[in-house]
Amino acid sequence: MNALPTPALCVTNLTHAYGARKALDDVTFSTPQGRFTVLLGLNGAGKTTLFSLITRLYAAQQGEINIFGLNIIRHPSAALRQLGVVFQSRTLDLELSLIQNLLYHAALHGIEPKKARALGLAALERAGLSGRAQDKARTLSGGQMRRVEILRALMHAPHLLLLDEPTVGLDIKARADLIAQVRSLVKEQNLSVLWTTHLIDEIDHDDEVIILHQGKILATGRADHIIKNSGAATISEAFALITGNHAERPLI
Amino acid sequence: MSLTAQDRIKPLALRQYLICLWGIVWREGLRFLHQRERFISALVRPLVWLFIFAAGFRQVLGISIIPPYDTYILYEVYITPGLMAMIQLFNGMQSSLSMVYDREMGSMRTLLISPFPRWFLLSSKLFAGVFVSILQVYAYLLIAYFWEIEPPSLWGYVTVLPALALCGLMLGALGMVLSSLIKQLENFAGVMNFVIFPMFFASSALYPLWRVKESSPYLYYACALNPFTHAVELIRFSFYQKFDWISCAAVSAYTAVFLIAALIAYDPARGMLMRKNT
Repeated sequence: MNALPTPALCVTNLTHAYGARKALDDVTFSTPQGRFTVLLGLNGAGKTTLFSLITRLYAAQQGEINIFGLNIIRHPSAALRQLGVVFQSRTLDLELSLIQNLLYHAALHGIEPKKARALGLAALERAGLSGRAQDKARTLSGGQMRRVEILRALMHAPHLLLLDEPTVGLDIKARADLIAQVRSLVKEQNLSVLWTTHLIDEIDHDDEVIILHQGKILATGRADHIIKNSGAATISEAFALITGNHAERPLI
Repeated sequence: MSLTAQDRIKPLALRQYLICLWGIVWREGLRFLHQRERFISALVRPLVWLFIFAAGFRQVLGISIIPPYDTYILYEVYITPGLMAMIQLFNGMQSSLSMVYDREMGSMRTLLISPFPRWFLLSSKLFAGVFVSILQVYAYLLIAYFWEIEPPSLWGYVTVLPALALCGLMLGALGMVLSSLIKQLENFAGVMNFVIFPMFFASSALYPLWRVKESSPYLYYACALNPFTHAVELIRFSFYQKFDWISCAAVSAYTAVFLIAALIAYDPARGMLMRKNT
């Protein structure tokens, strides 16, 4: 038996190009189980491409992706079952009610409708949205939509939750609520989370951080270690030093 | 987190596949019900052709006795199968439009990250579209019935069902291929000009092919190759409880070709999605 637990997500030598432009260049990193890992990068760093490859929207040209040790190409079905995903764009069906959105997602994972309804209603209740189960998704605020998207992503009890810039377009309070919600899932349910962002203030000092810049991984490790190793005082400074581009500092 | 290796790669059960299929059809049905304008326009379009165009052209276009008809028929009766196929053609294109929309909005991604094989997800989506198109055709036939357009026996309504299913699949699969080729929603208008209109007019929907042959042999060959012609003829014959094996074979072959092309287009390794989701 291996003494180290299998990483929640393990990406090895991943390279992907659109024509001549390399969106990802020999990317290698892994995220530990039961931790909140932040993938930090500016717009255009390759985060969305990486996300599309992990979710098998399209296949990598080179390299490997394993989710809890399951190869995404060899065992796509088993690997995808481990995965809950919140995409950057809003993907709730606005014409359907909240519970219908959840039931549809559950059906896409082969969950019995009766069980799915019970799961969906319980999840909405926990999120304080039980009175709105029959409301159309379009009546929700941006923050509420995101919360429902997270509930939906967790309907099939995945072990790894991926969130692609989930706080984009949210106000300060909704952002804080959302981060707190996801952090509590990590703490209470031992969920593994990969949170991509370009907003540096979403990082805590003990979070695992992966810095992706122009398609390359420049640093990985705990935030406080990255700060220390780079000789900076803050993660923002560390990011600027590591990427060597002060003009393009991520937003705080 | 401590799942055994076998548990983790256990294949999905047949029942789960059925739940997934049901879920996709259910969602498509709900969306259809919520888009009343779509239903009404799907119904009004063929009715305009039937009540206005066919009535106007009744005197101009004489139809000789051709199979499957045993007697002289009214022009309205002649164009009804073409209009049934037209409903399915529009529905197929509408489904592809909604796939482009879904892709732009991101909800296509929620479908594609399901653990079921991609061919199954896309086929289910296709079936869902066919189901909706068949509902539309029967709604049209109900109205046409009161216009005294009906099959020789009520069984015609039953025998036409498999033909509608096959034609719906063919046109839906064609729509799916197109949806993978269209980069943006705005480009969809081109589909109207370059796919729907040529397919509809260069077919046996509005006039029998022998008439086309008289005026232009080249156009006749184009019509004879047009998959839509075969869809119309398959529907026409089955509505009269007859079987036209040539059109059935042609529609089956075209369906297979379009399906394979759609699956290749949405295959993650070769997919054309790649160019669009950067």
